[in-house]
Amino acid sequence: MSDERVPVVHPYIPNSAPAARAEMLREIGVGSADELYESIPAHLRLGRRLDLPDPFPSEFDLRRHVEGLLKSNRTCNDYLNFRGAGCWQHYVPAVCDEINSRGEFLTAYGGLWYSDSGKNQAYFEFQSMLGDLLDMDAVSLTTYDASTALSTALLMASRLTDRSEVLVPSCLSEDKRSQLANFARTALTITPVAYDRATGRLDLADLRAKLSDRVAAVYVEQPSYLGVLETEVREIGRLAHEAGALFVAGVDPISLGLLEPPGAYGADIACGDVQPLGIHMQYGGGTAGFLAGHHDPRYLEEFPTLLTTITTTADGAGLGYGWANWVQTSWVKRELSRDFTGTTTGLWAITAGVYLALMGPQGMCEVGETIMGTSAYAAHALGQIPGVASPALGSAFFREFAVDFVGTGKSVAEINAALLEQGIYGGKDLSAEFPELGQTALYCVTEVHTKADLDRLATAVAEVVA
Amino acid sequence: MSGPAAGRGGVHGGAPYLREGFQAARWEEPPIMAQGSPGERGVLPPRLESGVRAVVGDPAALVPAGLLRVEPPHLPELAQPQVLRHYLRLSQMTMGTDVNIDFGLGTCTMKYSPKVNEQLARLPQMADLHPLQDDETVQGILEIVYRFGRICCELSGLDAVSFQPGAGAQAIFTNASIIRAYHESRGEADTRDEIITTIFSHPADSATPAVCGYKLIVLYPDESGYPDLEALKAALSEHTAGVMITNPEDTGLYNPRIREYTDAVHATGGLCSYDQANLNGIMGIARAKEAGFDLCHYNLHKTFSSPHGSMGPASGAVMTTAALRRFLPVPLVEFDGERYYLDHDLPDSIGKVRQFLGNLQVVLRSYAWVMSLGADGLVQASETAVINNNYLGGRLAEVRGLTLPYAPGVRRLDEARWSWGTLHEGTGVGSEDIEKRIIDYGVNNYFSSHEPWVVPEPFTPEPAESYSKADIDEYAEIMQRVADEAYATPELFEVAPYKSSVPFLDEEPMHDITKVITTWRVWARQQG
Repeated sequence: MSDERVPVVHPYIPNSAPAARAEMLREIGVGSADELYESIPAHLRLGRRLDLPDPFPSEFDLRRHVEGLLKSNRTCNDYLNFRGAGCWQHYVPAVCDEINSRGEFLTAYGGLWYSDSGKNQAYFEFQSMLGDLLDMDAVSLTTYDASTALSTALLMASRLTDRSEVLVPSCLSEDKRSQLANFARTALTITPVAYDRATGRLDLADLRAKLSDRVAAVYVEQPSYLGVLETEVREIGRLAHEAGALFVAGVDPISLGLLEPPGAYGADIACGDVQPLGIHMQYGGGTAGFLAGHHDPRYLEEFPTLLTTITTTADGAGLGYGWANWVQTSWVKRELSRDFTGTTTGLWAITAGVYLALMGPQGMCEVGETIMGTSAYAAHALGQIPGVASPALGSAFFREFAVDFVGTGKSVAEINAALLEQGIYGGKDLSAEFPELGQTALYCVTEVHTKADLDRLATAVAEVVA
Repeated sequence: MSGPAAGRGGVHGGAPYLREGFQAARWEEPPIMAQGSPGERGVLPPRLESGVRAVVGDPAALVPAGLLRVEPPHLPELAQPQVLRHYLRLSQMTMGTDVNIDFGLGTCTMKYSPKVNEQLARLPQMADLHPLQDDETVQGILEIVYRFGRICCELSGLDAVSFQPGAGAQAIFTNASIIRAYHESRGEADTRDEIITTIFSHPADSATPAVCGYKLIVLYPDESGYPDLEALKAALSEHTAGVMITNPEDTGLYNPRIREYTDAVHATGGLCSYDQANLNGIMGIARAKEAGFDLCHYNLHKTFSSPHGSMGPASGAVMTTAALRRFLPVPLVEFDGERYYLDHDLPDSIGKVRQFLGNLQVVLRSYAWVMSLGADGLVQASETAVINNNYLGGRLAEVRGLTLPYAPGVRRLDEARWSWGTLHEGTGVGSEDIEKRIIDYGVNNYFSSHEPWVVPEPFTPEPAESYSKADIDEYAEIMQRVADEAYATPELFEVAPYKSSVPFLDEEPMHDITKVITTWRVWARQQG
């Protein structure tokens, strides 16, 4: 940390050019940068050079280094992938990447409506299109991920009802249970509702037994974590409302061109993840939660996430868009906010909007049909293999389904290890997460899988378990 | 004037450049929901193959009764060129850091995001990985995460790291959760129910411990810019779970007695959590360890150059001492000497705070940025950020009506909180008016301050190392011009800006929740 060192003139740092640096130090009136740090006493200084790897100042060398490290990764294009469970492999249209690569969107941040009117319009369009897909009237900007969206939805329900117990399916993913438990432990009592071992659907008798005037919300996933479609979703909503609780639905937006939307079956709050809508998986970094509710000031006041509103130009002739609820977020309310937000996933909101605009109503219906069909085909093909129960749960499903290998005498871990040798990522091992299901895996099949891919999977599994 | 370069100043001499004739792109672009016509298609998804259909039949018939969507969603119907053109126009009406002198958003460290890093993060070897792949198939990304973890530990002096939090606020929440878990492990959680922070620390240092159930004690600064040590000691007690603070605070003032503060907290049995949103001026110079902190966090989308992405995705790196590692979110990325692996074996972990491992594409970009700069380059980046801020300070000190509250004569580091209070008193023009007017000169609106405004009519610039002397001169010239305008023609500010991508708006819905409409369907209904 001194000017005796001869620094590299770095292309990211214009004033690393010696002449510029010297001129600025002279104008400030100091002899060295060190003098600007006089407020940091010696005992708080590192006092030595950082022990870091040698850098690659040339862009070519840097690229070669990082590409060299990444080369050993085996992508879901290299291998055949059947893992989902919270992050799903779907096709990403080229225009989605084109738009989220635009420097203006990519490097924007907190600019308000006059400097970033395009960004604010894109946010509003995302909210609007997702609202159409969900059949719900109020949608916020995205939050971190589906689990955060769920935590936030349940906290909102608690505030709206002035109650603190929430009923959630016992077959939530382990990650979601863990995140919810840490997030909401001081504000909520989380009561699991059993699912039917044979069908995978919610046990309505257990739900009825647990409903009371203490319950703020009943949460259901459609499809469930195990892929199952909840046929009694209207009845569950009715029971929740009868008890004075809110009905919160966790849904997958890519299913909603085909499946009934949560607004149509009475959901008060909907949440989930927009990652399937044109966003690469990115090792999980593509996930982005969403949150929707009623267009009612009582609800709007409880969104801790940012809401983009439409407005008009001052002369009334044109339209404009801007952040609406800044004062009710944790940025302003601080310790009184009862939830928090911050930098979340705005780029993925914009991208999901692009995806919905490209797909339109027909595209969303078609992709839903293709996923419904390919996943049914895969489940059927695996079910033909001796000892393999597929689908393992006796219900209709969307995209994901449980496969029980207990009849093969082999563990999921053994089967997946053998599949990996053939370049296949077998379904997620559920044996630790759901011990009651035995040696079961959760398979994910989407529109990216061809018949040939699925036949290859079935052949490989048959060989492995034989 | 003989051409566009004639007025250019800065290092080339002459008066600083000012974009007198600036006009933002104003496409008057209708919302996409109001465009297109029935039957147009933007992209065709793969259709079900006939061989699959032959086995499963009509996929819609597989949907249980009552669950099939009856009415199609009212999504727009446009062909691909029209969708692309629409979004390109919206992008042009957005002032990203790539296209403007963006250092007005202080505390956010708006720095250059290198394009090579973006290209690397978008390679299929990052973009098309599933988070549940077997460790042996993701050794490349795990090695990058591990290496960057070591870098963060060296930079902070702490021992263990997690990149799971999706941004700064979630990282601070993680640290508050760890503090709670630590006291629970000692059976003291019930009595230690207070967190102390400062008003110049980020609001998340108040909001997230409150979500964890803590009562908050918020300390205010004295004339030095930070709370007096005696004020901290007065707030400490057997109820103290910990402190969660920044240093330098948003004023740019570094508290030189910080070690006495952290020692005092430790003496009462509390933990010290360091919000390092303001790291950019002190990389390789001062660390969390020497300042006595047990935990800290870095915003990788700020200090480490990953782009802010129109509000994310981001990453909040959390570092702890070895003793607190056992409370970190699971899993952690470790190395056994031969291979990188995910360590789930932390029985005392707070669990998950974000799904999977976090935004590792952000970690990848940050790693590439550090590996371009190295140890000397990081120090050079910090020094340059501090030089830039002090140079800017000299220029802003000349601006009429603008003052620098607290600690006169004490150097600010990477940013400073200025006050337009004098200008406001003299003209009626306040900080929120100024930040709109500067858009007419081709820069983004700036960041005034977190709430509440302790400094009257605040303005918090942070000229990170990415900005040239000419950039800083131009920005200071804008401030000078706008201040002069405020004194000469304050009425100019009533409906400014004029050259922005939209004209002056009816702002009532932005401030009145009863006027808020978040979707086109509600708007269309209300318009009849």
